[in-house]
Amino acid sequence: MTNSEIMRLPLHAIAHGRAGDKGNVSNISLIAYLPEAYDFIASEVSEKKVEALFAHLGAGAVKRYELPNLQAFNFVIQDVLDGGVNASRSLDRHGKTLSFILLSKMILDIPRNLVPENSPYLNPDFNWQ
Amino acid sequence: MMDKTVYIANGAGFSGDRFDAAVPLVARLASCSGPRYLMFEVLAERTIAIAQIAKEKDPASGYSPYLENYLRPILADAQKHQIKIISNMGAANPAAAARHVHKLAKEMGLAPFKIAILKGDDVTPYLDRQAIMEAKTMEGTSLAGRTLSAANAYLGGDAVAEVLKTGADIVLVGRTTDSALVLGPLIHEFGWSESELDKLAAGTICGHLLECGAQVTGAYFADPDFKDVPDLAEVGFPLAEVQSDGQFVITKAEGTGGCVTKATVTEQLLYEMHDPSCYLVPDVSADVSAMRLSEDGPDRIAVSGIKGHKRPDKLKVTVCIDGGYMAEAEMSYAGLNAFKRARLAGEVVLKRMRAKGHNGDIRMDILGAYSVLDGGKAERIEGKNLPFDSDYRVRLALVCGDRQTAQLLCDELGHLYCSGPAGGGGYRASVTEQMASASILLDRELIAPHIQAEVISHD
Repeated sequence: MTNSEIMRLPLHAIAHGRAGDKGNVSNISLIAYLPEAYDFIASEVSEKKVEALFAHLGAGAVKRYELPNLQAFNFVIQDVLDGGVNASRSLDRHGKTLSFILLSKMILDIPRNLVPENSPYLNPDFNWQ
Repeated sequence: MMDKTVYIANGAGFSGDRFDAAVPLVARLASCSGPRYLMFEVLAERTIAIAQIAKEKDPASGYSPYLENYLRPILADAQKHQIKIISNMGAANPAAAARHVHKLAKEMGLAPFKIAILKGDDVTPYLDRQAIMEAKTMEGTSLAGRTLSAANAYLGGDAVAEVLKTGADIVLVGRTTDSALVLGPLIHEFGWSESELDKLAAGTICGHLLECGAQVTGAYFADPDFKDVPDLAEVGFPLAEVQSDGQFVITKAEGTGGCVTKATVTEQLLYEMHDPSCYLVPDVSADVSAMRLSEDGPDRIAVSGIKGHKRPDKLKVTVCIDGGYMAEAEMSYAGLNAFKRARLAGEVVLKRMRAKGHNGDIRMDILGAYSVLDGGKAERIEGKNLPFDSDYRVRLALVCGDRQTAQLLCDELGHLYCSGPAGGGGYRASVTEQMASASILLDRELIAPHIQAEVISHD
């Protein structure tokens, strides 16, 4: 295997994040494990793709903010919390679990060298699907 | 004088956080030389409305029910080591909270504390209720015709600093921004002026990083095998060491679990933040778009490069109103064909609710197949390869205006113990009263004259 090998993996292989709520708006941070992964995420994880990922929850506009110093992005997703914490009928009224939509459901062709060396995703026996 | 370091630790990140988390922080603060503060952030938007309702029933209540839980373990050592305590445990009634602390100190055989409170966040005594309910909300929702239970302005670090000027050992407030519990002491200690925007912004972000307790020290972070956190069960709560120029280090008490890394700090930085170039609080608009993090030893992250811009002209006021009722009811189905049995149970209830004239928006989840990530939408899983032999739980949920309809939904699922698909069990249901909230923006001038500090004396 070489470092330039491309692997079909979820974003979870190269980034982590956390969801926060304000009213009916969720913000989800996306932080690259490795600084090298920042540009890849910048080109692959667009506002449009994120909006599509959350469309089934009624998501409105998505705004992406870039923080290159912190190898991080912040996605602000409108109207995605079933009215917000006081109105939602979801088990998770804050939408705290939603960061894992972004990490789990966005599957990309990822260069192997962007995955941290000790990641289970690099173990040939690891089955994430 | 200007070279001093101010130490601020946070012993609670929400109402219901660990009661003993502050103990190692107090030990650590005791070893620091310089001004030291211990904060407890325990006041969510809903919490203050619940407190306001409690106060209307009993004028001696309306503050954090956990006041003793948080303070008893650390009060004696805080006094011994001159650690000042700052908290929004005052909720809707800081004066009553202060009297409770006096009583607790006496009971514990401690010398009397000087306790001061902040007044003015509750706008209902001085603003016209009608005008509040007619104001345009930031969410676009109309408040007309609803029952107002609380309206509180988010006060800033400047107001908290005013309370500290009384020389208080303990400061109890109601609604301020959470970060003001940190910015206030920094303004007080360093004498930062209104125009020192970068410093005010740094103090605000320091507060933002501390305000959720262990969320910056490795809690709410662990993802086993991907993001491992040492000894999460004993996770240490955070402490900041702040310089007069606004640069600071985030760390935690020695001997505790958790970790402070660039990754933990970045996750918490962006938590509940929208535009990183304008994080608005009453004192400043903070800009973290050029912020830098650097390692400063084990479990120590140094933060710099925060910019501040002009503060907003208006203050945010959260208005809490009645929010109807939420019904939630669940039943388990397990083993072969469990998914279809669970789904049939839900469909039976939906059909009976419709037949009784309730066409409200009832949400159906089937836990184990789809729930929080799928928006409770059954069609999402059609074609998905669900295990035929598994363990599912149907869940129905409704938010509505009257208790009877909410109760009916619960009862209808309960009836399926005898009248539903095969093998249903483990029925649980609840109806809970809801509190709704909305935000309005008001001119500072309407609120500023009412902001004041008051010392609450003992006995």
